[in-house]
Amino acid sequence: MIQSFGWSSVGFLWNGLIWTVGLSLCTFVCGGIFGLIFAVGRALGPRWLQVIIAGYIQLIQATPLLILVFLAFYGLSFAGFYFPPLAAAAISLTIYSTAFLADIWRGCIEAIPATQWEAADALALSRTQRLRYVILPQAFRIALGPTVGFMVQIVKNTSVTALIGFVELTRAGQLLNNMTFQPFHVFLTVAAMYFLVCFPLSWWSERLKERKHAGAAH
Amino acid sequence: MPALRIENLKKSYGAVPVLNGIDLTVDNGDVVAVIGRSGSGKSTMLRCINGLEPFQDGAIEVAGHVLDRSRANLRELRKEVGMVFQSYNLFPHLSVAENITLAPRVVKGVPKEQQSALVEEVLARVGLQEKRHAFPDELSGGQQQRVAIARSLAMKPKVMLFDEVTSALDPELTGEVLKTIAELAQAGMTMVLVTHEMGFARRVANRTVFMHQGRIWEEGRSEELFANPRTPELQSFVAPDLK
Repeated sequence: MIQSFGWSSVGFLWNGLIWTVGLSLCTFVCGGIFGLIFAVGRALGPRWLQVIIAGYIQLIQATPLLILVFLAFYGLSFAGFYFPPLAAAAISLTIYSTAFLADIWRGCIEAIPATQWEAADALALSRTQRLRYVILPQAFRIALGPTVGFMVQIVKNTSVTALIGFVELTRAGQLLNNMTFQPFHVFLTVAAMYFLVCFPLSWWSERLKERKHAGAAH
Repeated sequence: MPALRIENLKKSYGAVPVLNGIDLTVDNGDVVAVIGRSGSGKSTMLRCINGLEPFQDGAIEVAGHVLDRSRANLRELRKEVGMVFQSYNLFPHLSVAENITLAPRVVKGVPKEQQSALVEEVLARVGLQEKRHAFPDELSGGQQQRVAIARSLAMKPKVMLFDEVTSALDPELTGEVLKTIAELAQAGMTMVLVTHEMGFARRVANRTVFMHQGRIWEEGRSEELFANPRTPELQSFVAPDLK
């Protein structure tokens, strides 16, 4: 059945976009929670924990995301844990973004000068209080720009989950192309929709980075 | 009971000895200046007193807290021993008032309604009441250092340690910080000051300690020590200053 590209097609793609954004948000929240824990553990934990987390980060960063997605979908179902495409996509993307966010944030924590720890130390703050009131708020400011920048990567990378049949924006484009045989119409619309989400994030990220430089000039 | 007693303090970085057995007693209300060349161990000794540097041997008792190699009760000690650093080390993301109230609030649990008065009180002592809402990067170096002193005072310390607090300031700004410290001395605060300001040490400190090669080489009442240095090392150290 061949149909022509029209407003109903755009509506169909829009639905895919909603799933892309939803999956991205879920990935960012879950990856953010684990990423923060891992970043603190990597920067400040006991030696053995630092080594384990560093190993995790290296391993995941050296693995193509698509392989993680396949492992979560096909691999785990083979091992007896069947996850529907949405869950497999969320799990693999979380594993992936945890590694990257942990690495970004670890760098931000380590960028805070040792003298800040010392000053808080001399004021009798406990280790947790130093982290909570002195180090993390400063690291957070440095982290904002690169973190928002990484969100763009997450949004674009959700497209690989099309390959396990999760109907997000890219998969919706594939399906629509099979029905219309108008690839330029379809995929240019898909690209425009990605741009719609990613460009504001990129722009915001750049602005945050600029503000950081202005603030640090004293 | 003295405010501070250091006994046979020894510290080394690996095989390099830094402190070779320091003995020092500071009474309540004493202002002790610690002078000496770079690398003589002055700052290291000061940083041992509040546990910022671990040490290998000896004992320190300060404000009634014993600090030994176990480093137990370090936080209790630090509640009563303030420290001011060469590079100020204010928290850049907090306003002046927040810098001052952070430790009293989270460490000592000072209630919210008392915090404002506390800020007022300590800023008055350093003469910066009008800056309570400013952020550190809006202040001059001298003002930042005075805020750092106020932040330390807000913990109501029994002993204050000053680690070359004017070394990062140009001469013009050095004066305002030294004036603040002199006023604290007058008010009876027990202080140990590592300093390169010989004139200030002589004028404000009632005792001066000269450190050399990780030892206390010579000590005494400031007037006497500067007027009649006994050891050749101290003579050559203070000589250019007397001319």
